[in-house]
Amino acid sequence: MADLSVNFAGIKSPNPFWLASAPPTNMGSMVERAFEAGWGGAVWKTLGEPIVNVCSRLASLDNGANRMIGLNNIELITDRPLDVNLKEIYECKKKYPNNAVIVSLMVESKREAWHEIVKKAQDTGADGFELNFGCPHGMSERGMGAAMGQVPEYTCMVTEWVKEVSNLPVIVKLTPNVTNIVPPGRAAAKGGADAVSLINTINSVMGVDIDSMIPYPNVNGMAAHGGYCGTAVKPIALNMVSELARDAEINIPISGIGGINTWRDAVEFLLLGASNVQVCTAVMHYGYRIIEDMIDGLNNYLDEKGFASVNDIVGLSVPRVTDWGALDLNYKTVARVNFENCIRCNLCHIACEDGAHQCIDFTEVNGLRYPIVDEQECVGCNLCYLVCPAPGAISMVRLDDGSNPTTWRDLTSRPPETMTGD
Amino acid sequence: MSLIHDSPLNIEQIERNFRDIAPALNEAEAVLESNRCIYCYDAPCTRACPTHIDVPSFIKKIASGNLLGSARVIFDANPIGATCARVCPVEVLCEGACVEKTLMDKPIEIGRLQRYATDFVMQNERGVLTAGTPNGKSVGIIGSGPAGLSCAAYLARLGYAITIYDKKPLPGGLDTYGMAEYKMSQIVSVDEARQIERLGVKFRLNTEIISNTKTEDRKPKTENQVSFEDLQSRHDAIFLAIGLGATNKLNIEGENLNGVIDALDFIERIKTRDWKSIPLGRIVAIIGAGNTAVDAVTQAKRLGAERVFMVYRKTAKEMPAYEYEYELAKKDGVEFVWQAAPIAILSGENGLSLRCEKTDGSNQVIEIACDMIIKAIGQQKQHSFLSQIPDVRLDEKGRIIVNTETMQTTNPRIFAGGDCVNGGREAVDAAQTGKLAAQGIHFNLMGEQVEFAGAKIPFIEKIHGEMPAITPAAFDEPAIPAEDLGVKSYG
Ligand SMILES: Cc1cc2nc3c(=O)[nH]c(=O)nc-3n(C[C@H](O)[C@H](O)[C@H](O)COP(=O)(O)OP(=O)(O)OC[C@H]3O[C@@H](n4cnc5c(N)ncnc54)[C@H](O)[C@@H]3O)c2cc1C
Ligand SMILES: Cc1cc2nc3c(=O)[nH]c(=O)nc-3n(C[C@H](O)[C@H](O)[C@H](O)COP(=O)(O)O)c2cc1C
Ligand code: SF4
Ligand code: SF4
Ligand code: SF4
Repeated sequence: MADLSVNFAGIKSPNPFWLASAPPTNMGSMVERAFEAGWGGAVWKTLGEPIVNVCSRLASLDNGANRMIGLNNIELITDRPLDVNLKEIYECKKKYPNNAVIVSLMVESKREAWHEIVKKAQDTGADGFELNFGCPHGMSERGMGAAMGQVPEYTCMVTEWVKEVSNLPVIVKLTPNVTNIVPPGRAAAKGGADAVSLINTINSVMGVDIDSMIPYPNVNGMAAHGGYCGTAVKPIALNMVSELARDAEINIPISGIGGINTWRDAVEFLLLGASNVQVCTAVMHYGYRIIEDMIDGLNNYLDEKGFASVNDIVGLSVPRVTDWGALDLNYKTVARVNFENCIRCNLCHIACEDGAHQCIDFTEVNGLRYPIVDEQECVGCNLCYLVCPAPGAISMVRLDDGSNPTTWRDLTSRPPETMTGD
Repeated sequence: MSLIHDSPLNIEQIERNFRDIAPALNEAEAVLESNRCIYCYDAPCTRACPTHIDVPSFIKKIASGNLLGSARVIFDANPIGATCARVCPVEVLCEGACVEKTLMDKPIEIGRLQRYATDFVMQNERGVLTAGTPNGKSVGIIGSGPAGLSCAAYLARLGYAITIYDKKPLPGGLDTYGMAEYKMSQIVSVDEARQIERLGVKFRLNTEIISNTKTEDRKPKTENQVSFEDLQSRHDAIFLAIGLGATNKLNIEGENLNGVIDALDFIERIKTRDWKSIPLGRIVAIIGAGNTAVDAVTQAKRLGAERVFMVYRKTAKEMPAYEYEYELAKKDGVEFVWQAAPIAILSGENGLSLRCEKTDGSNQVIEIACDMIIKAIGQQKQHSFLSQIPDVRLDEKGRIIVNTETMQTTNPRIFAGGDCVNGGREAVDAAQTGKLAAQGIHFNLMGEQVEFAGAKIPFIEKIHGEMPAITPAAFDEPAIPAEDLGVKSYG
């Protein structure tokens, strides 16, 4: 059994799995049940000034019969009184000293306001703070949440305010609603953050009821854009995590969030540079119990790969992420159909025909018609491999011997004449 | 005579026994199942369907919530798509060819999805086909079975005035009078005929067409009889869709005894669902082992026969019924007597006795005591009717000879399709011949070539011979497409 415990920016937890600040961490009794189920830590539902929520506030993206591959919400921060939350945080931490309890905060952009809430919250015995600079709806209209996270100067400034009074580690939670995630990440680091976490939810309109013509979620005939999360956002989150992990100026730990359902998803975040992960939607869908397989699967994976500690895999894939210009243009693969596994659905044919390079035709083998790749024409784009439903029916085969790598940067840095000819 | 006229089971039990063997999908099931289809290109299921319904297209429309469009795709290629959804031997047709069967032995439930989409329009009386502008031509169709209905639907879409003649009181042919009740009840095929009636097609039911009018006693005597000549003078073309005739004779002693009945008659009685009026033995022996025999024997058992025997002169391996029909018979508790050729039927105090000679080489004579015998040894051709139709030639098996693309017979004004041409296959095959005949008639009368959905197998033209040669690894039994399985005939 590998060691799953982590020390994230000074915050210890028995495993790298935390609940993200959201409905599953709404109150003490819930967080306690989560800890009983096995969650290593919990970021409390964001505290701040009193708010009122709308009633209908969630909407989902379904894929055919698969429910909720994406979730959208227009919920604001906690709607419970501050002193009640603080009392429950205190009690919870006392009961579960080994689990990480992080207090998420969001108040208006005033130094005194931040000072006040930080001071109140650090008396609870909590392990750290997370500054919610990410909420993209409602709170941002009031100049909070994403409104702060989208302006690096504000991110830096507010982080500094908090650091002035905090004696706990401070995590800055970033919004993905920016064109480049690096400047806000650097701003947080510059402001003294002990860590960053990302992503918060993405601006989204979930859909429209085509009978009533009212977008979702319908609040008395009207709708507002919300924040998007769940399975569908994972690739966006992975990109942003890896961007920060690759950046030389950002040397603080990263907490990975966004679309994590299983231990596999978590491993991907860790490999791309996150030191721990946070989960929201998957728990909203299936409950706290999913932690069991997350821990079990991660353990088995680490054992099988021969890692003694989960910390050993953090960032292992980061050196494998580079810029396009540094990719090898001479790397040559082609698709090959393995007839014995092919079920003859012809999806590879039509995908290549209408979506790629028209190089899958047909051949007859033992009286049956099979797709076959014209390897002269195949550009190795992977499309047929991706659409093929039969395991092992298409493999991408490497044709070059790797002896002559050339990148776009190599080509463009050489004198022009070497680029002419074929 | 101990033939009982009343099932020992109560009505609830019988109704339960005759419940749909492939029940309707509910919405959740339809969503799940339609999304499981991977939307194959040039799909094997479509190839395997004799009417070449664009299966992936109709299934994806179910998935997208476009049920009207889905039903249109189905009825466009098969006007009896609601019937076919229930009675097609999908195991050897579309579902047998489905790639999901190849992949994990779980084909998409195409038949039940087809039912889901067609039920939607039938229950809501949403017409999906429209009649064409009248073109002044008229076609007479003899027989309202799947072949006749299909031809009528396509011709009506082209603007023809159509009259269908059928001697039976209800339309639908064997779809209405022959399908095992646990597959489909009459209401479906009759509704489907109504859908075609709404295209303006006229039905003259209870009307028999008489072809042999040369001898005085065969001249039409009642208003329920119309001579073939009469028909010829009324219509610009005629489509023969008369199906097959009565069950073949055994030609053995005792064949006409009380308690010996024809499978088709027995099934026709069951179709009334007037359960307590159907004559039924306590111990029933069925002679024959084709699909009709299985239908008869399983229905006798479901109706309440205590023991049912299936008597066949060859071995289980040679049984003409489909594998899955055999499995159903076994599940229903049918007892099999293989390699036994009936030589006589005797009547005794306790009922009947079927005397058979073993064909396993022993020549042993056995007797099967029973009180009802059902004959299911295939249907006769309608030779006496067909032989009198001018210039229409039959082959040596009594099937009408046609051009298989246009369904034109050797008489250019007469077309034919369905069981009377193919010798007896499936409803879906009959529907396809009706479609081809409509195209043939239209070309013949109007000189215009039309191609209805699924008239031809969709086909990717290019098959390259000189591709880079990759030798396939050893084959583990490649999937056999249904079209290569050879379609067995009904009988
Ligand atoms: C017992 C049984 C069960 C079957 N089960 C299945 C099944 O589960 N699935 C399946 O796909 N197929 C099944 N079949 C086969 C299927 O029923 C036939 O292939 C199909 O009905 C043939 O259609 P058709 O239009 O050629 O003829 P039919 O359906 O036989 O229709 C012919 C019509 O013509 C009428 N007719 C005949 N002569 C005259 C005349 N002189 N004047 C007026 N009307 C006339 C008849 O009354 C009849 O209505 C079964 C067949 C049988 C016998
Ligand atoms: C209903 C709902 C409410 C949320 N509320 C908060 C919040 O109060 N504070 C916060 O920082 N993030 C909030 N989030 C964002 C989540 O913490 C998380 O960043 C996001 O859902 C992505 O993770 P996931 O894909 O695992 O859900 C909320 C998300 C949802 C669905
Ligand atoms: S997509 Fe895969 S299974 Fe389908 S035809 Fe192509 S190789 Fe075969
Ligand atoms: S008509 Fe019959 S064979 Fe054709 S797709 Fe429908 S169920 Fe399958
Ligand atoms: S073969 Fe099966 S999976 Fe493919 S289109 Fe037909 S029903 Fe769908």
